[in-house]
Amino acid sequence: MTAARPLPAAARALLRGDRRALARLISQVERGDPAVGPVLRALHARTGRARVIGITGPLGVGKSSVLNILLAHLREKGHRVAVVAVDPSSPFSGGSVLGDRIRIERDPADAGVFIRSMASRGRSGGVSAATRETVRLLDAAGFDVILVETVGSGQVDVEIRDIASTNVVVLVPHLGDEVQSLKAGLFEIADVFAVNKSDLPGAEAAEKDLSELVSLGAPRDGWRPVVVRTSARERTGVAELWTAIEAHEAFLDAEPGRRAAAERGRVAKEIVGLVQARLARETSERLAQSEDDARLLDDVVGRRIDPRSAADRIYEDHRKPARRARRK
Amino acid sequence: MPKPTAETPIRVLIAKPGLDGHDRGAKVVARALRDAGMEVIYAGLRQTPEEIVESAIEEDVDLIGLSCLSGAHMALFPRVLKLLKARKVRDVPVFAGGIIPDDDAKRLRRIGIRAVFGPGTSLEEIVRTARGIARRPS
Repeated sequence: MTAARPLPAAARALLRGDRRALARLISQVERGDPAVGPVLRALHARTGRARVIGITGPLGVGKSSVLNILLAHLREKGHRVAVVAVDPSSPFSGGSVLGDRIRIERDPADAGVFIRSMASRGRSGGVSAATRETVRLLDAAGFDVILVETVGSGQVDVEIRDIASTNVVVLVPHLGDEVQSLKAGLFEIADVFAVNKSDLPGAEAAEKDLSELVSLGAPRDGWRPVVVRTSARERTGVAELWTAIEAHEAFLDAEPGRRAAAERGRVAKEIVGLVQARLARETSERLAQSEDDARLLDDVVGRRIDPRSAADRIYEDHRKPARRARRK
Repeated sequence: MPKPTAETPIRVLIAKPGLDGHDRGAKVVARALRDAGMEVIYAGLRQTPEEIVESAIEEDVDLIGLSCLSGAHMALFPRVLKLLKARKVRDVPVFAGGIIPDDDAKRLRRIGIRAVFGPGTSLEEIVRTARGIARRPS
């Protein structure tokens, strides 16, 4: 259908391995520049080859350090690896300090590695829209493993399930009893648990507790999380960690349609998110611009109409011109 | 997707080239730029010029801040500028801070470092200058 259309110049540059072009496209995605739309459209058919691995967990457990040893391990095995490290933006100033690069050692001349830090920027729908599109750009650029590191608390954690096909939750000994991990909702995320800082006392007990918890629960979608011990400081456990990740990836491919079904679920959420964002933006613009809608706001304040009915009216109104346009 | 606006935060790389362990200044500046609403990619200590330039490219920053208190600034800062040029990064301004004698500061400005901040510079001045020289999204 669209195969005959020539690739946009930026897409061609990305496919050539131009790292600056890739970096600039990620910036465009991040600031919601509509210019990136045709590039994403053109590149979509060239994505889907990368394994997207989420790495999450509470603050201070060593996510970046685990990522660092995993990155080195994957490079040794010949993978081309991209990293997306997401950190929160300050809700007050909008600024952020993105410090994950400090922990990552790499040869700056190695074109098989690309690292990008990303601030959450308080986007509606969290980090997922920009992160997902960034992952696709990296995928199209030929990175076959993409590690997405997200900050360790709250909603963002769960969103990583909407981006990655395998998720690693990093924990440490003495983080609290096993009830804490039940509370935190980490079991909903983890395909693999990494008990990091396992050079510290208590690591064995932590691994045992977690393994017990895992065996108590019902498998989620047929998979029971694997628990491994790592020490980023002593660089141990990384081979076991990758083996566990690969085992989950193999599980996704073991039955026809399993991986596709998982991706289908993620794509559905993504599309709902995109439609939501667009409706929200257009509605805000209308409320700010249209006199009819301004009057509607006054009517709600004056108790002549309730907010739900006002929303219904705006929604119905909103659909009309679009329908007319389609019929033409 | 939201329209690109002036609200898009400035992305700035803060790095310390060379073998110099004094990172308090860099951290204070990073914090001030963050509080001014910027996204600070903090690369930290003991960065080679090559690492700094690669980070600047991958992160697509609008500004680079280098800090050096070891006295090696006349070797390290020009090297960063040279590598940026070699990689065809021409639109990303570089500023510097640290213990830098006035004569060196003048020479650094002449070769393209946009601003040089010595001890005692106010954070307000650093933030104002950073905002003023940072690249704007094209």
